[in-house]
Amino acid sequence: MSDRDDAPVIDVRGLRMRYGQVDVLDGVDLSAGRGEVVALLGPNGAGKTTTIEILEGFRVRSAGEVRVLGEDPARGDERWRARLGVVLQSWRDHGRWRVRELLGHLGRYYTPYSTAERVRPYDVDQLLAMVGLTEHATQRLATLSGGQRRRLDVAIGIVGRPELLFLDEPTAGFDPHARRDFHDLVHRLSDMEDTTILLTTHDLAEAEKLADRILVLAGGRIVADGSAEALSRQVTGRAEVRWSSGGERYVHPTTDATAFVRDLFARGGDDIADLEVRRSTLEDTYMALVHQHETGQTTDAAAAAVIEFSRGRS
Amino acid sequence: MNPGRLAARLGVARGWAEFRHTITDPQTIGYMIFINGIFLLVLFFQRNGTIGDTPVSLAALTLPSLLGLVVATNGLMGVGSVLAVNREDGTLLRAKAIPGGMTGYLVARVVESGLTVALGLVVILLPGLLMVDGLMSGGAAGLALLVFVVALGLLATVPWGAVIGSLASSPQSAFGLCMLPTMGLVSISGIFYPITAMPGWLQGVAQVFPFYWLGLGMRAAFLPDGAVVAELGESWRYLETVGVLGAWAVVGLLIAPTVLRRMARRESGSAVETRRQRAMQRVS
Repeated sequence: MSDRDDAPVIDVRGLRMRYGQVDVLDGVDLSAGRGEVVALLGPNGAGKTTTIEILEGFRVRSAGEVRVLGEDPARGDERWRARLGVVLQSWRDHGRWRVRELLGHLGRYYTPYSTAERVRPYDVDQLLAMVGLTEHATQRLATLSGGQRRRLDVAIGIVGRPELLFLDEPTAGFDPHARRDFHDLVHRLSDMEDTTILLTTHDLAEAEKLADRILVLAGGRIVADGSAEALSRQVTGRAEVRWSSGGERYVHPTTDATAFVRDLFARGGDDIADLEVRRSTLEDTYMALVHQHETGQTTDAAAAAVIEFSRGRS
Repeated sequence: MNPGRLAARLGVARGWAEFRHTITDPQTIGYMIFINGIFLLVLFFQRNGTIGDTPVSLAALTLPSLLGLVVATNGLMGVGSVLAVNREDGTLLRAKAIPGGMTGYLVARVVESGLTVALGLVVILLPGLLMVDGLMSGGAAGLALLVFVVALGLLATVPWGAVIGSLASSPQSAFGLCMLPTMGLVSISGIFYPITAMPGWLQGVAQVFPFYWLGLGMRAAFLPDGAVVAELGESWRYLETVGVLGAWAVVGLLIAPTVLRRMARRESGSAVETRRQRAMQRVS
């Protein structure tokens, strides 16, 4: 490998994507280092897929500086392509091919790019075992279940032993067991193979479990960028207190629920009923962030989250 | 091995594998039996009619014309509809995601359509030769002409199939774009019915397109010299055949790479997803 080990695998500055009059991406900055697992979160239509497709070299950006494995994806050649893995959401392609036959065939395209430190492609049987498809090796793709097909998609994505892997909603359609296996596989790829992984997901628990770093894309920009710990740390103190008094219902967000409730009783006395204290979750923070960018109005919680989250990032 | 050559070799392997998948598919086998059954039925009913004053049977005239039709339709539809289907189902995007994958994919399409044409020819020719007398009187020269016409016919049609498959918005529209002009042109191109019986302007239209010339070239390869009296101008018109088919081939080969590149550049996960959503709506 010609790249220095400390050079970022993905380096994006001021990325813009404009469709007609609409800026889908409006100045995105992001980077990922070697072996790092980065989760890209964001509501539907926020531009996650567009971002990934630009990085994959499948879509040409409107403006901005993009380097993936040291090259501009818009000009990436086959040698560059051989270092990437893309997990596609398959549907019904190659229905008549058998699992082992297809993996073997697609793997052979990578043989000219094999190096001493990175032998390409993976051995098919090893790969089948890794994704749990050994017993389905001779089955036709058309007869696989949805979850089995998704596992094959992952296998195809990594058959060339990529240095950088893109996963666009990888676990959609996985049952809990397959999801667990997939998470193990991601950890294995990043730890053992030093593979950099950029994934998109709607599952916050999954992002928390897998990612070294979480990015939130909303309103065409990265609005949060930090480790999962930083995000959890800053939300654990946040809570919502609900109660009723004199037939009316109240909701109050607070960072110190205990003090607030003590104060509430001191003032409200016996009239207070239906008391409920709800700790906010990672999901609440995410929802607040997204809500702010979708509606354009800044709720207190969202503003606080952005500031705290950005602070917690370094 | 050099990556370009490896990709081409893998394309041949892929073309062979997909050809094998196709011909072992019961639906395809059923379709082939049905179509060829119709062809043989036509030959059966035409076996006693003769062309004008010659001893050449009507069936002997139709059989080579059918072979020309097989080359033209497989060249156009084989590549065009498969390409459109593969764009919709994501096969092409997969090819794009691996190094050399696009090269392999396109080589596979050419190999598969070549094999399909060869099979299609053999399937009609074997029973046809048993049923119809007076064919293959040209010997080795006739055989060489057959191979030449098939090759030129593929060159004249495969690139256009690729263009249609790249431009069509769905497999259905690709099928329509290939099928409708094919059916119209076949009916006026002297495949099932002599072109000399057509009004003059329709003869003119038919002679612009490859179907007529493929049929003519095949007849020149298979029929005895006496049968030439049934042709326009009572000539096999070799030069014109090469000229028209060659022109379609040259223009097609000039346009197809640009169209293919443009199509390939636009393939992305979201493009496939959009087509998938549309296909789901068609089904429901």
